[in-house]
Amino acid sequence: MNTLELTVLVWCASLLAGFLGALTGMGGGVVLTPILTLAFGIDIRYAIGATLVSVIATSSGAAAAFVREGFSNIRIGMFLEIATTVGAVVGASVALRLPTSAIAIIFGVVLLYSASVSSRVELDQPLEGEPDRISKFFRMDSTYPTAAGPRHYQVHRVPAGFSLMFVAGIISGLLGIGSGAVKVLAMDQVMRIPFKVSATTSNFMIGVTAAASAGVYLRRGYIDPGLAMPVMLGVLLGSLWGARILPLTKTRVLRLVFAVVVGALAIEMIYHGLKGNV
Amino acid sequence: MSEQPKGWTDARVAEIIGGLLRAGVISAATVVIAGAAVYLIRHGHAAVHYSVFKGEPSDLRTLSGIRQDALSLHGRGIIQLGLIILIATPVARVAFSVVAFALEHDALYVVVTLAVLAVLIFSLTGAHL
Repeated sequence: MNTLELTVLVWCASLLAGFLGALTGMGGGVVLTPILTLAFGIDIRYAIGATLVSVIATSSGAAAAFVREGFSNIRIGMFLEIATTVGAVVGASVALRLPTSAIAIIFGVVLLYSASVSSRVELDQPLEGEPDRISKFFRMDSTYPTAAGPRHYQVHRVPAGFSLMFVAGIISGLLGIGSGAVKVLAMDQVMRIPFKVSATTSNFMIGVTAAASAGVYLRRGYIDPGLAMPVMLGVLLGSLWGARILPLTKTRVLRLVFAVVVGALAIEMIYHGLKGNV
Repeated sequence: MSEQPKGWTDARVAEIIGGLLRAGVISAATVVIAGAAVYLIRHGHAAVHYSVFKGEPSDLRTLSGIRQDALSLHGRGIIQLGLIILIATPVARVAFSVVAFALEHDALYVVVTLAVLAVLIFSLTGAHL
């Protein structure tokens, strides 16, 4: 295979990954690194570097649209970014020192988790009662638009959410993915922020989190322009396309099928990691 | 809050951040596509080498090296410059937020945002990591 052929094939795979990632809400990055390593035989370090860059592109591209609709909470996002960026720097630094087989195994475990989260039904029930003092001090409570006008929400359990965001940052830095699944878990389930606000704010945060580890990877030579180019352009176009047709699509079955694919990739990653040939 | 300059509301800030992110992604993608054209025309038939990790050459790892390569119109250098624009986009968003919170007289969030910006600058420039 020459450079041109590989570029075209990787671009097509990235387009599809970005498309399905946007439709299922899992993001394209989570399947791309396994595909690049398992199907294309690319070293996992190059795969992680290229995927990380594409994560910044999709997050920024989508956030540009979401932030205007008034769902994303910029204050919550900024506050939690302290945790995710520090975590990302830690994760990227650890990744440089881990054997690639260990990274593959961790990747597989995170994939399995993402697959199980994605097939779950989303619930959107605001918790009543007193928000904690930290959320009051940082003025995190806000409103979001609904069909019946702006709806108020409160933010709970900030320390637990902040800690989980640190973990999300570590995973993001370690594996070069957005780790949106963990971010949404922290906001939606732990801090009891409405799902739509959690999802868009998480997306908003992913770009900054990924930028925090990108510097580390760039200096270590993980980001290859020849490979990152088709990955970034493919994922970006695919995710914009997916986001556009999302409102017209019934995604339940698709999400289930995608979860199965991700689960299979996860097992493959763990298997190859254990055999030590990644 | 009544002393806010007219128009500096969260909604206005969100609008500007949206535009900033959009401009960053579009210009990054444009530069990457331009670099891709040069790279593929010149090296499209070269063999691929991604199965063994060697790491990028030092000129594609640093800002000054990337600028040098891009200015000499090397395809890989131009692509890497586009990727730098992309990485800089969220950083610019955070930097703008510092200004925006200051204009909203929100000292608390100026501090929060400066903390995030400090981590980003530390990671982008700290050679020891």
